[in-house]
Amino acid sequence: MNPLLRIEGLRVEFGSEDPPLVAVDGAGLTVQPGEVVGLIGESGSGKSLTCRSVMRLIPRPGRVAAGSIEFDGRDVLAMSADELREFRAHEAGMIYQDPFSSLNPVFRIRDQIAETLRVNLDMSKSKARAHAVELLDGVGIPDPERRALAYPHELSGGMRQRVMIALATASRPRLLLADEPTTALDVTTQAQILDLLMRLRTERGMAVLLVSHDFGVIAQVCDRVAVMYGGHVVEMGPLEALYNDAQHPYTRALLEAVPQLESAGHATRRPGIAGVPPELTDVLPGCVFKPRCRYAQPSCEAISMELAPVVPGHETACPVRPFAHSGTQSETQARAQA
Amino acid sequence: MTEQPLLSVRNVVKEFGLRRTVAERVARTHSEPHRAVDDVSLELRRGEILGLAGGSGSGKTTLARCIVRLIEPDAGTIELAGRDVRAARGTELRELRRRMQMVFQDPYASLNPRMTVATALLEVGRVHQRPGAEDGEQFVRDALERVHLGAGLARRRPRELSGGQRQRVAVARALAAGPEVLIADEPVSALDVSVQAQLLNLFLDLRDDLGVAILFVAHQLAVIAEVADRVAVMNRGRLVEEGETAAVFGNPQDDYTKALLAAHPHPRPARMAS
Repeated sequence: MNPLLRIEGLRVEFGSEDPPLVAVDGAGLTVQPGEVVGLIGESGSGKSLTCRSVMRLIPRPGRVAAGSIEFDGRDVLAMSADELREFRAHEAGMIYQDPFSSLNPVFRIRDQIAETLRVNLDMSKSKARAHAVELLDGVGIPDPERRALAYPHELSGGMRQRVMIALATASRPRLLLADEPTTALDVTTQAQILDLLMRLRTERGMAVLLVSHDFGVIAQVCDRVAVMYGGHVVEMGPLEALYNDAQHPYTRALLEAVPQLESAGHATRRPGIAGVPPELTDVLPGCVFKPRCRYAQPSCEAISMELAPVVPGHETACPVRPFAHSGTQSETQARAQA
Repeated sequence: MTEQPLLSVRNVVKEFGLRRTVAERVARTHSEPHRAVDDVSLELRRGEILGLAGGSGSGKTTLARCIVRLIEPDAGTIELAGRDVRAARGTELRELRRRMQMVFQDPYASLNPRMTVATALLEVGRVHQRPGAEDGEQFVRDALERVHLGAGLARRRPRELSGGQRQRVAVARALAAGPEVLIADEPVSALDVSVQAQLLNLFLDLRDDLGVAILFVAHQLAVIAEVADRVAVMNRGRLVEEGETAAVFGNPQDDYTKALLAAHPHPRPARMAS
């Protein structure tokens, strides 16, 4: 099957040309139609920039310096302004971390949604307003007629994020880019928003690229996961394979650092990861994780950070492979269950 | 428990007045003030970590600030080792605050960008006349060592530090006052998981090595599970449940606690667990 979205060798640079600051370096991933792909990493890993590149939303003076982004076989980076507008209006939607700043505070919810509908779907004013209420109903906002007349500040964070989802999915896009959509929300609200995204995915066959720093969120909803560190995708594979049989030392270390509810009653000291993530100004030869890696070898300074398959569908950028591959059995079991 | 608690909070109330709407002003009616903290009592024992959990708006930060009187509570009593915090004035209040130090969520905002690490630490030593503060260099070195930082950081300014280092400096500054109680308000929420783990270990070390009691405010239940001996859960200003961490998380009694735990995103694939 041809992927809906294919990112290859993406390179995002900031600053002067010589030498540039490289924020994303050779990142690649694919999203199949109807698939939920997680993009996880710590702050500064380049996950949000990778996501924004798909919408061509890299803020100046940042730029996509190399690589390709294909949506359904079309080259997103080569689109003209008109094509790009069409693409953003109908093919891909995007929601952000902060539903507080992505809605206009001086317009009623109904009018903001209606504006989108009139511009993108060419609806009449009255029809757009009626449809706005239907959309609010569709994302689970109770009493949608009344809420439609509200201003953004009159809604809770969870409600505002629902409004954003209604806006982003109004023209039934095939891909939703969700950049930390629940980070600003309480856990109970977070669970509801994730449920909503999964419902839209099932009902409409909409694919989702979910950017998050939270392994908990990723584990709830994703089919496949890409792990980013220092601008590179270091590991990519099915969710279960990544959690049970991570092959990159960074993925393992990160998973070990995640706090667990099960620790209650016996205070736990987790190893964490020694050192700090690389700055944009650090230019490291070979593997970017080497300075913090327990399994580093001298040869790590000469590797290319390219993904290589462990088994088909599960790839790692670490050629050292310090972990025995044990997951084949559990992976097949997981697939059989799913 | 016969042992007297180190910090005792009883029936604390804090209300915030809401601005009246136009309609209310026209009709000259008053709206009910919002009870951010509603009749909350809790105790912190020597050398324990008490987790304070709850969603946003539950009043946990307001309560934490009331305890050190960064916000004046409207009612209730707060006692530190038997001394009335609310009645304290002047020198006595300053001494009580020295014994209860705060660590805030955002180490970017809580450190003065113009002060070097050494200046910030020494200022605390001088203000509270801590022993050893006369010999600046040694005082700073000891303070940094307590949070597992090298003395080489002393001359840096906050912007030259990573997020984790900054939060360590914030903790070091709190400890420089020689407190018996640390009130840590979401101290690891702004940090990445790999750094967060190191900070949580630090809090455990402080409890074990220095015997500091810690009120650890956090919205992430898993973080509280990692460090807290006991946990108190707040919802809409009220304390809804309190107990040993394992007991509360393993067998929650209150509906809100149950809902919080049910919504917790487990970092393991859901389809595998089910």
